[in-house]
Amino acid sequence: MSNKPHVVVIGGGSTGCGIARDLSMRGVDVTLVEQGNLTHGTTGRMHGLLHSGGRYAVADQIAAEECIDENRILRDIASHCVEMTGGLFVKRPEDTEEYFQKKLEGCKECNIPAEVLSAEEAREIEPYLAKDIDKAIKVPDGAIDPFRLCVANAASAEEHGARIETHAPVVDLLTEDGEVVGVEVEHETGPGKRVHREPGTREKIRADYVVNATGAWAGQIGEMAGLEQEIEVRPGKGVMTIMNTRQVDTVINRCKPKGDADIVVPHETTAILGTTDIEVDDPEDYPEEQWEVDLMIDTLSELVPILKEARTIRSFWGVRPLYEPPETGTSDSTDITRRYFLLDHEERDNVKGMTSIVGGKFTTYRLMAEEISDHVCEKFDIDAECRTADVPLPGSDDFSVLDDYMDEYGIRSPIGRRSTQRLGSRTDEVLDYDGPNPTVCECEAVTRAEIQDSIESAGSDLNATRIRTRASMGNCQGAFCTHRMAAELYDEYDADIAYDAWDELYQERWKGERHAMWGTQLSQAALKYSLHATTMNRDKDAATTDSVVDFSAFDSGATAGGAGGTASTAATDGGRTGDD
Amino acid sequence: MAIREDVIVIGGGLAGSVAAIEAAETGASVRLVTYKKSTLRHASGLIDVLGYADGDDPVVDPFAELDDLPADHPYAIAGEAAVRDGLARFDEITGETYQGSHTDTNALIPTFSGAVKPTARYPAAAAAGIASDDRPMLVVGFEEMTEYNGEMLAAHLEAAGVPFDVEGVECNFPGEYVNDSRVTRFAKRLDIDETVDYEGRSMGAREALAAEVEPHVGDAERVGFPAFLGDDHAEAVRTDLERHLGVDVFEIPMGPPSYPGMRLEDTLKDAVDEAGVRISAGNPVVGFEADGGEIQSVTVDSKGREVPYHADEYVLATGGLVGKGIDSSREDGVEEPIFDCHIPHPEDRYEWFDEEAFGDQPFAHFGVVVDETMRPLDATDAPEFDNLRAAGAVVGGADTVAEKSQSGVSLATAVVAGEQAGKQAAKHEVSQ
Repeated sequence: MSNKPHVVVIGGGSTGCGIARDLSMRGVDVTLVEQGNLTHGTTGRMHGLLHSGGRYAVADQIAAEECIDENRILRDIASHCVEMTGGLFVKRPEDTEEYFQKKLEGCKECNIPAEVLSAEEAREIEPYLAKDIDKAIKVPDGAIDPFRLCVANAASAEEHGARIETHAPVVDLLTEDGEVVGVEVEHETGPGKRVHREPGTREKIRADYVVNATGAWAGQIGEMAGLEQEIEVRPGKGVMTIMNTRQVDTVINRCKPKGDADIVVPHETTAILGTTDIEVDDPEDYPEEQWEVDLMIDTLSELVPILKEARTIRSFWGVRPLYEPPETGTSDSTDITRRYFLLDHEERDNVKGMTSIVGGKFTTYRLMAEEISDHVCEKFDIDAECRTADVPLPGSDDFSVLDDYMDEYGIRSPIGRRSTQRLGSRTDEVLDYDGPNPTVCECEAVTRAEIQDSIESAGSDLNATRIRTRASMGNCQGAFCTHRMAAELYDEYDADIAYDAWDELYQERWKGERHAMWGTQLSQAALKYSLHATTMNRDKDAATTDSVVDFSAFDSGATAGGAGGTASTAATDGGRTGDD
Repeated sequence: MAIREDVIVIGGGLAGSVAAIEAAETGASVRLVTYKKSTLRHASGLIDVLGYADGDDPVVDPFAELDDLPADHPYAIAGEAAVRDGLARFDEITGETYQGSHTDTNALIPTFSGAVKPTARYPAAAAAGIASDDRPMLVVGFEEMTEYNGEMLAAHLEAAGVPFDVEGVECNFPGEYVNDSRVTRFAKRLDIDETVDYEGRSMGAREALAAEVEPHVGDAERVGFPAFLGDDHAEAVRTDLERHLGVDVFEIPMGPPSYPGMRLEDTLKDAVDEAGVRISAGNPVVGFEADGGEIQSVTVDSKGREVPYHADEYVLATGGLVGKGIDSSREDGVEEPIFDCHIPHPEDRYEWFDEEAFGDQPFAHFGVVVDETMRPLDATDAPEFDNLRAAGAVVGGADTVAEKSQSGVSLATAVVAGEQAGKQAAKHEVSQ
């Protein structure tokens, strides 16, 4: 055992991965445990907005200032995850001038660059904005890929010696004399990366300290610790609806006080509409409802009218890990602060060995990680400084993208460009692939090299490969690539595992897709169903159902002793060249 | 000049083509109006009649199951004779290019997913792959291709308990390629037998491919390839490979772009031509004129100009949700866009789908309701029009995807709709 303290971080979202990176960079021995895939919780279910802080500039200025600071940092350290689209706060005639001025003033007070644009100027940037808008404020909002960011943080932590365990839900906290001394996890398919059909095991992981970074799930961990005072996370669900294309290239916010359906974020090849905010009891089990999807389209069409007729490809819901200190008693969850809180359970509950971090938001994940890492380091008298604001994440190192990837890797240019955007400074390492490198996912332009690179860390879990590469996340929602992704697993994993992984990915895609079942996307879904059930017969596949087929009862071919092939004929006449 | 025919068929897929031929056989003058490329290029080229009735066991004899189907099933409405007539017509059209007509029994054909599928007719190019044949098999995949892995496919066939030994192999497709070439590039290379460099020698692509595969043949008496063995010269490609390898060669049906589907499309087009059917391609039908319960003309959008096409009888064969013969929206529900024929569907769109991807999908049942002469019926079960019939996937009432019955339903409804349209058109002429 080294003399380094061992810290267990519970939660593989942005905060947990950020903490794992920060602590391991400071020389702490870290194990991160996550119940599902990285980003399984709220991180994987957000709209991908890199806040400028503008949204909080009126009501929550501390949060706003944190946002703009972190926004600048992430552009540096996570350049391959960020697209600086810029953002607009758009005022419609029915929105008040008073609030518009407050927003502008607030941005200035928080050092958020803000510029007023006339309706005409705004439409020059975004031609699809409604004709009757009044004006807009331009701010440095951006788009960020939460999956890529989270995976890069975890990869960096691993480079610094951390152990990352996904699909390892905490089933109990280890306590001794009222002190938390570790966690017990259930490795669903054994320790290490996930591989289907591996038997599950349990492991008790002892720790010098435990950090609870489970967001909306923090209360459940608190209960395991037997805290007298509940961790009152107030999960608020929100819907996000994904469009088939980027109707806008700039983040479009409605310039009015809090409200549902007030933002459109361009994200990769799509645009994401958001959102609602409804308090729920259980972060894992809440209704996903039609009216929420309809509300997104109908309300946001007031800002961008073409959304009304546009095609949506799926919807998903996320749960905000909102928290407010006891006795604040905010009745409307949309009024609960977006700030974060550090709960040292020794001070708060007289339970040593664990701190929870709750509240906050994705854009400030790094700052939250820094603060809790400072807190942990203080306990162990480690005076290493936080370096996460300065050291780029893997993939965001300085590099020149000027190489001609089309020539170098034999990939057509749009595909090479997309790959390079995703991989950043890892491009060379990944695309320099030995062997043919055909495209696996055409919608998102993902080649075999990227899939194989992902499988190395994702194991047989194709959903983990999906979030790393975006394969199967495009318009066809996996119709043309889920089977190809499964075929990429083969060799490394046997056929049964590849088929299990395929089925799992196919079902996961359907889960969000079914909220888009009308118009073109219903036709697309019918095609997908037809391809996978009729052409491939995967719904009745005798190898995966209980069916025992009596092959001898079926047609064995038109000619005796064979099935009508022409080899024997060809052998006798030597050179039959049929034509048709 | 005004366009006037006895019968106008809208939609050029399997159902439209067969309905047009059927109508022409009655002596009627027929015009086939097609717009986009048909969905045949998405289809495997296998002609399924009924693969599953209830449960997971494949149906051995589809005809033995027809009596047990629900009364609103297209087969129950059209009747067994229509199913047989449809297949007979298909056999006549496709001749030697298809097999399976020697028996009522389904064949089990390996598809590119590795699952075997029950089907009634299969391309001659796929015949040697039949799963109820006990000869050892080699499945070939290519590293240049992503659709399947040969070894994984072989392992999956084994897992289904097939009665033959099966091996799989991943080969390299001879010749130089851009890294991300598509299957169409490989098909073309074989089709024209392009000269390639292989193992230091110049040779035809077919010979080179055989040389690449030959070391892996072993005890196999048949070798399966992805269904990209040529386009216009598919039979020659296969025969050449068989000659070089000395074993039977077959194609494994694939997804889009599906060469077996496109070849069938070509065969159908030739048959439509031969039957004397006129074809208007590339322009959509956007509306119609009716007088009471009779359609007088359909309106074709010819590059922005609306042209009326007149006929006595009309056949709607525009396809289902995939082919856009059925449309849907949040506001207006599920619709048949040309004649606004009634399509029963739940008002709540969250009742259009099942939560399980392979559950009982209500959307798969969407389509017009027809009477025994294939006339679409309105909500009160009265014909929408006296002289409109429907055929193919636009007809609802069964999940033809889960049943594996899409082609059979297309053929059965097409022969009834085509024949009825032709006969009724003849009566119009007598009465005029």
